[in-house]
Amino acid sequence: MKLKLRIWRQSSADAKGRMVSYELDDVSEDASFLEMLDVLNERLIAEGDDPVAFDHDCREGICGACSLVIDGQPHGPQAATTTCQLHMRKFKDGDSIDIEPWRAGAFPVIKDLVVDRSAFDRIIQAGGYISAPTGTAPDAHAVPIPKQDADAAFSAAACIGCGACVAACPNGSGMLFMGAKVAHLGLTPQGQPERATRVLGMVAAHDEAGFGGCTNTGECAAACPKEIGLDVIGRLNADFRKAAIRAA
Amino acid sequence: MSIDYYREGEPVADTKAPAGPIEERWEKRRFSGRLVNPANRRKLRVIVVGTGLAGASAAATLGELGYRVANYCFQDSARRAHSIAAQGGINAAKNYRNDGDSVHRLFYDTVKGGDFRSRESNVHRLAEVSTEIIDQCVAQGVPFAREYGGLLDNRSFGGAQVSRTFYARGQTGQQLLLGAYQALQRQVAAGTVDLHTRHEMLELVIADGKARGIVVRDLVTGEISTEIADAVVLATGGYGNVFFLSTNAKGCNVTASWRAHRKGAYFANPCYTQIHPTCIPQSGDHQSKLTLMSESLRNDGRVWVPKAKGDQRHPADIPEDERDYYLERRYPAFGNLVPRDIASRAAKVVCDEGHGVGPGGLGVYLDFADAIARLGKPAVEAKYGNLFDMYERITGENPYERPMRIYPAVHYTMGGLWVDYDLSSNIPGLFVTGEANFSDHGANRLGASALMQGLSDGYFVLPNTISDYLADGPFEALDETHEAVVAARKEVDDRIAFFLNNDGDRTVDSFHRELGKIMWEYCGMERTDEGLRKAIGLIRDLKAEFYKRVKVTGKAEELNQQLEKAGRVADFFELGELMCIDALHRTESCGGHFRAESQTEDGEAKRDDDRFSYVAAWEYGEDAPVLHKEALVFEYVKPTQRSYK
Repeated sequence: MKLKLRIWRQSSADAKGRMVSYELDDVSEDASFLEMLDVLNERLIAEGDDPVAFDHDCREGICGACSLVIDGQPHGPQAATTTCQLHMRKFKDGDSIDIEPWRAGAFPVIKDLVVDRSAFDRIIQAGGYISAPTGTAPDAHAVPIPKQDADAAFSAAACIGCGACVAACPNGSGMLFMGAKVAHLGLTPQGQPERATRVLGMVAAHDEAGFGGCTNTGECAAACPKEIGLDVIGRLNADFRKAAIRAA
Repeated sequence: MSIDYYREGEPVADTKAPAGPIEERWEKRRFSGRLVNPANRRKLRVIVVGTGLAGASAAATLGELGYRVANYCFQDSARRAHSIAAQGGINAAKNYRNDGDSVHRLFYDTVKGGDFRSRESNVHRLAEVSTEIIDQCVAQGVPFAREYGGLLDNRSFGGAQVSRTFYARGQTGQQLLLGAYQALQRQVAAGTVDLHTRHEMLELVIADGKARGIVVRDLVTGEISTEIADAVVLATGGYGNVFFLSTNAKGCNVTASWRAHRKGAYFANPCYTQIHPTCIPQSGDHQSKLTLMSESLRNDGRVWVPKAKGDQRHPADIPEDERDYYLERRYPAFGNLVPRDIASRAAKVVCDEGHGVGPGGLGVYLDFADAIARLGKPAVEAKYGNLFDMYERITGENPYERPMRIYPAVHYTMGGLWVDYDLSSNIPGLFVTGEANFSDHGANRLGASALMQGLSDGYFVLPNTISDYLADGPFEALDETHEAVVAARKEVDDRIAFFLNNDGDRTVDSFHRELGKIMWEYCGMERTDEGLRKAIGLIRDLKAEFYKRVKVTGKAEELNQQLEKAGRVADFFELGELMCIDALHRTESCGGHFRAESQTEDGEAKRDDDRFSYVAAWEYGEDAPVLHKEALVFEYVKPTQRSYK
């Protein structure tokens, strides 16, 4: 198939970016979206141009590295699918496709389509863990966990930390990401002792990193490739209120 | 074999594993190893390269113990290391199912599964530690699958006769890695670990015979810097990407290990690679990686190809009696559940004979029609729904209605840097954990054992063994002006300058693809003397062309993904050649390594214990590598030929 691409090019964090047009002939519909960009890059290098920089690694939808806004949608048009798992058969011959980086104040652009998502790590550092130093654990069967709690914890823990939720949110909020971790750990008995300090610490780090607040537009959950639901934000808010009142 | 390819040196031995009953060795070693006083730990600095299961767990645990840790990864976040992609599960000898499992049985199965090419002492320790790993992960909040009573669920995996595999849907690696990642981030917040993301190790610093630091490139600014420490731990994963197409993440590379190898660290059994039988076949020349479909699919799927060569009919139009269920036919006892190496090779054989399906005839069917008829579609969906969805996203075909197409792909590398029982390489102060070392899987890794080994090394083994070395520290202070540091930096600078100034006309990827094809063709599932000799010649020629014609755009002082790739591919060339030499010298078939000249009358792998019951530890040599043999002694598990008939 033939495609017209408009891609955000920005040579460095401080440089001014712009959309640049490229035309690609003969794209296989079996290629993944990133493989289509590989083909473009091979051509650009051959022509002596700078190839398009983009983050990617596992290319099987689990590492969370890939991060493209495709025609205005983080990870593109297919629901529950990361950019690397999106295939060109979802597009039509002659389509024009816009490709941009995650757009959010807390995710500054590094180059082209690559952004800095280290703010997510800082949120985890502020409490997104259970303090269980190696060697201190009791037998794994010491505390049974009801299956429905374990399953719900897993569903929240399936977050890949890609940041599509932030890119989709008009406020650039990281609350779906944060809520997923608060829900995951809060649903396990092991996560109870630090439940209050965790949520207070994480919210403070989230706000300090420049993420916005949640106004319930729901774009985050719609964009999430792992289908994490808005209910985790409900849990986050409930935990936060309880912890804040207790701390006051 | 021609003397040109390699020289043989002195034997090498593991001097750290204590003698005596195998079940007491780990306890003995922990007692005989020296400790570091808690107050002194904060004076000791340890570099950990890599943040996968083996790296993050080691960095977090060393931080908890009070050492000052510097941890590096090339990804933008520690959470993205490729351990995240492991699907199936993690083995542990908990015997929660009361089905006869024990530490000794897990030990036995692992030694046998590795086709008698691993060290008994190491494997026994792995089996012992396995139970602690599960406890540790549950304490961290890892959401393993559970039964309705609230206790942990287990499944049988990879043909094991006991149910000892713990899992978290099809995302066990992800959940275990996030547990380790969160423990690591807790230490970052506590100030014990300095974490450097988007940094790549490009050289090892050795001073006075000891590993004392690394040279890294900041992948965002291009700045080259040096980190000095009292010990260096490489947890940098496997080298499957030498094949270009593999199930590894695109960034996985051998550079850290290879730089250490060039500085003297032995590289053991490089030709031991694992080919996974159930991957999605490649669809065209644009293919950039291969995706694994969990091996658990073989529990319910039936593997077949059309009996007629080149049969182009829709699979539904091929009647039962015109299908060859070749695994069930050849291996009636194990059928579709034969081990990975056997399933992979059998698929290659039928495809080579012209029975393959899909693009290029490189695929076989994995059919769920019987399972759907027997269990009902909802039950199949509950078990495999996410995998079926993934398959459909990639291929555009619905596996509920049309059999999946699968083909083997490179998945894991059992070879790696040589380590002793303490996980120390032959360079004092250089330790290697996880897939990056060679230690526990012999010539073939069992399913659900990679996660176990990564976490065993990182949480429990290394933190206990490294203290014996660090007890002699802190070592003499080094600074940027030390000749070893200056020399290491210069090597890095020169390499970068070479790539950027080379007046070439071919992309890095084009070379990498070509190298991968050579490796797959001649050093993949089936190897021959003639093919390997040919491959070595082809690799040398291609490498010469690479240095002449490779083209890298951009500058050094910026995010430059082509430059990153160029350095990695340069190292893959050298590794690829060593893999072929290793494969060439080992004229036996064993584990995942099938040597065409060494087979039984009915075409099964034939091991040669009399001549090859050793670890091949290769020392780097400018002209030719030097082979050091470590003899393998089996006191507890008597070597037998595997049979799955």
